[in-house]
Amino acid sequence: MATKVLIPSPLRPYTDNLEAVEIEGSNVGEVMSNLIARYGELKRHLYTEDGKLRNFVNVYLNDEDVRTLAQGDNTPVGEQAVISIVPAIAGGR
Amino acid sequence: MLNLDTSQVSLSREEMERFSRHLILPEVGLEGQKRLKAGKVLCIGTGGLGSPLLLYLAAAGVGRIGIVDFDVVDVSNLQRQVIHGTSWVGKPKVESAKNRILEINPCCQVDVYNTALKAHNALELFANYDVIVDGTDNFPTRYLVNDACVLTGKPNVYGSIFRFEGQATVFNYEDGPNYRDLYPEPPPPGLVPSCAEGGVLGILPGIIGLIQATETVKILLGIGTTLSGRLLLYDALKMSFRELKLRKNPATPPITQLIDYEQFCGIPQATEQASQAEIPEISVAELKARMDAGQDFVLVDVRNPNEWEIGRIPGAHLIPLPQIENGDGVEQVRKLLNGSELIVHCKSGVRSAKALKILQAAGIQGKNLRGGILAWAEAYDPSIPKY
Repeated sequence: MATKVLIPSPLRPYTDNLEAVEIEGSNVGEVMSNLIARYGELKRHLYTEDGKLRNFVNVYLNDEDVRTLAQGDNTPVGEQAVISIVPAIAGGR
Repeated sequence: MLNLDTSQVSLSREEMERFSRHLILPEVGLEGQKRLKAGKVLCIGTGGLGSPLLLYLAAAGVGRIGIVDFDVVDVSNLQRQVIHGTSWVGKPKVESAKNRILEINPCCQVDVYNTALKAHNALELFANYDVIVDGTDNFPTRYLVNDACVLTGKPNVYGSIFRFEGQATVFNYEDGPNYRDLYPEPPPPGLVPSCAEGGVLGILPGIIGLIQATETVKILLGIGTTLSGRLLLYDALKMSFRELKLRKNPATPPITQLIDYEQFCGIPQATEQASQAEIPEISVAELKARMDAGQDFVLVDVRNPNEWEIGRIPGAHLIPLPQIENGDGVEQVRKLLNGSELIVHCKSGVRSAKALKILQAAGIQGKNLRGGILAWAEAYDPSIPKY
């Protein structure tokens, strides 16, 4: 089953400029690892060298921060689920 | 609800007329308008976000507004910083903003701080206000605003923008989450482009800034449901608003004091110099001399194609940084060089230094044009717009 992953504009250069991609996987972790397998350049922007999600990037399953879910990355993705990647932005001028 | 003392506040006849559309709203009324007049709001930055929100806070009747900014109005600000006008170019932003606020509402008390917000002045400044609005443009100041709000117990009305997208929420309000619960740490410098580098749709900060103004007025009035605990995402191209849940993160270490935010955000002076030392530089004067002498070298421009359309240095080859990052551009540079010397440039020298690091790792040596095309335009080609 494919899940829609929304890509924010700062990261689109690494996903062929796509704003959303459909990625296979049964839980959040699987979808994310299939995502970085398909778009290799994304990996260093999302994860540290030891594979931890970077502290200035959040991943949401629907409207919930995956870090706050009881099962975390192992949370199953339901039908119609949307995963969003939301990096910190600082612009204001 | 904020504790605002309205016992000494009264509205003149002129003010009653001015705010009549508020007074007939049952949710605002005379008591609400007095709360707005008793309210003290500090806005950090009078740029894209600060400009529209200050106009509306002034018009709404906020009694005292503080504005912090160290910058002067530049002609490239006017595309979105609507509080400033053409006749104010070159003058301090805080003075320009004060002038416009008093034109809108002469009863407003405007405090101007023509200075940068720093750890040594933040707590003292914040103590005098009820609500802090974050209209800054960089990570060190955003973490500073957040931490100082937590330490002084002030709500932090947050907005940030990038190209066509914006985020807004309210931090540290009624025991709600703060910025560190959302993002515990900032990205390393250079990873996320700034508006100056990445561009921004002029109207975007208007939308986000006015969401901040709305939340500020709601907090002062004590009505409605604020964005506390919710992160609002706005996409201008899709014209879509989305909401994400934002909770306190028990793993976030408590904020006990202000720190060195430049260092926290990975911008210590020493490291900066060290990293530059690894990248050899060339000045625009040296580049010009080499051109005039007809020397053999290859000049590579790593900006984006739309920047290339704005202006270019004669003889440059366009290979945008994202292509170098994905490897294709590295091979293009290698083919172009064919034994010649490499000089790389961008707008001001940051992205070209990044490109050269990648090229160095691939075994290609080159020099970074100090100050980029902006320095070139300044010295030799006034026909190139300073964008």
